[in-house]
Amino acid sequence: MSDFVSEFWNFYVVGIVLASVIACGVVLWSQSKVKAAPAGKVETTGHVWDETLEEYNNPLPRWWMWLFYITVVFALVYLVLYPGLGRFQGILGWSSVGQYKTEVQKADAQYGPIYDKFAKMPLNEVAANKEAMEMGKRLFLTYCMQCHGSDARGSKGFPNLTDADWQWGGEPETIQTTIAEGRMGMMPAYGGQPDVIGGEAGAKEVANYVRSLSGLSHDSALAAKGKEKFDKVCVACHGPEGKGMNALGAPNLTDKVWLYGSSEATIVETITKGRANRMPAWKEFLGDAKVHILAAYVMSLSGKAGEQQK
Amino acid sequence: MVSQDKVEKSVGWLIVLTLLVVSVGGLLEIVPLFFQKSTTTPVEGVKPYDAVRLVGRDIYIREGCYNCHSQMIRPFRAETERYGHYSVAGEYVYDHPFQWGSKRTGPDLHRVGGRYSDEWHRAHLNQPRDVVPESNMPAYPWLAQTKALDTVGSDVDAKMKALRKIGVPYSDEEIAGAKQALEGKTEQDVLIAYLQGLGLALKNTK
Repeated sequence: MSDFVSEFWNFYVVGIVLASVIACGVVLWSQSKVKAAPAGKVETTGHVWDETLEEYNNPLPRWWMWLFYITVVFALVYLVLYPGLGRFQGILGWSSVGQYKTEVQKADAQYGPIYDKFAKMPLNEVAANKEAMEMGKRLFLTYCMQCHGSDARGSKGFPNLTDADWQWGGEPETIQTTIAEGRMGMMPAYGGQPDVIGGEAGAKEVANYVRSLSGLSHDSALAAKGKEKFDKVCVACHGPEGKGMNALGAPNLTDKVWLYGSSEATIVETITKGRANRMPAWKEFLGDAKVHILAAYVMSLSGKAGEQQK
Repeated sequence: MVSQDKVEKSVGWLIVLTLLVVSVGGLLEIVPLFFQKSTTTPVEGVKPYDAVRLVGRDIYIREGCYNCHSQMIRPFRAETERYGHYSVAGEYVYDHPFQWGSKRTGPDLHRVGGRYSDEWHRAHLNQPRDVVPESNMPAYPWLAQTKALDTVGSDVDAKMKALRKIGVPYSDEEIAGAKQALEGKTEQDVLIAYLQGLGLALKNTK
């Protein structure tokens, strides 16, 4: 780039570059005129150290000199062909951005038709297509594995995609929307509202009830008290039976799948401190075609491409 | 022409001519950069780091993140497919110094802003292998236990004043409110704020 603020800098660069190249040439030329002393005689600089140590003053070897000349010629040819002399862009018109755009165009021409082909197919068919799933796997390992894991089994707070349990719904189009638009998961924190849940103690009661929903060990007396609170507060998102609600991303509390963990302490933490996490939106970054293939790949991961859920 | 004798035996000439020769590269490759629009004008959407992000950036530097992470997406398809639009000079105008790095052990971070959730960054900084089992990144659990104001944030206003002297347009109000903005935030909070703001100007530009 050479968008200088004033013309001075153009001449500044051109001047120093040409002066340097010419200076190199002049030094070479002046040195190439030095003739070697006749055979048998040796010219010295006249320094004598340590009684008899003298410094030779032979001219540079001819082949060595020619290498230097070649570098000067190379520099001049380069400056004619490529950008380097101030504002002059070189007769080849090369630029790093231009080279990048050519690379992208070539790749688009090569891969574009393949993406187009799959983008037009329904998700179920894409999920059954071996070639598409090879592509899906590579896309997944580039963009998704950081949160969902290279085996797609997730980790604490990041959903397992292989278990056929869907927080936001498992229909093909819903999965595609989740990837394209992202999701904001939000469990409110009730720790600061003692009148709603009853502080830490109340949260413990609710936690026991929640554990009872999926048949985990629990204290029935606490669970009974917890149920009252659950029916007043938690029911709004998790439903009267605790089966959750896909539209809000409220998890089903009656199954064996736990995003943050099922221990009493973890559930108390979830209730008192809340949980917030976000699935980023990928539509703008990846484009529709890649999102389409990824959605099909995610469907294929749970082994029930397109089938619902829970 | 200066004779060989003079150049090699007179220390004064030797110093002057050596300096002249070694400065040619800098005069040509560094000095003109200060007089180019593309390197001195911020890209649309690039703003100075606010106090929180500025301190987060200091933690990024203190912990040596640049030793493994670059912030420079090169114009190669392999990089733009993975990270997004290649980096342009106008995005670094307020970086003193820039964090380009050169060792790409970990992924480039120039457009990591918004790529992951804050929760992910928390889990990942505390123990990278909790979320990416294959990762060889060290864990930084102490960041969550230290208040930013107690360490690198303690002189944030002085830093902002210094940056203002070299051209970062901070207002007096921003400098006066800097410490207040950091109140209660851990080193991890401010580092995540810094990371989440990286590269947003051209995030979805193709």
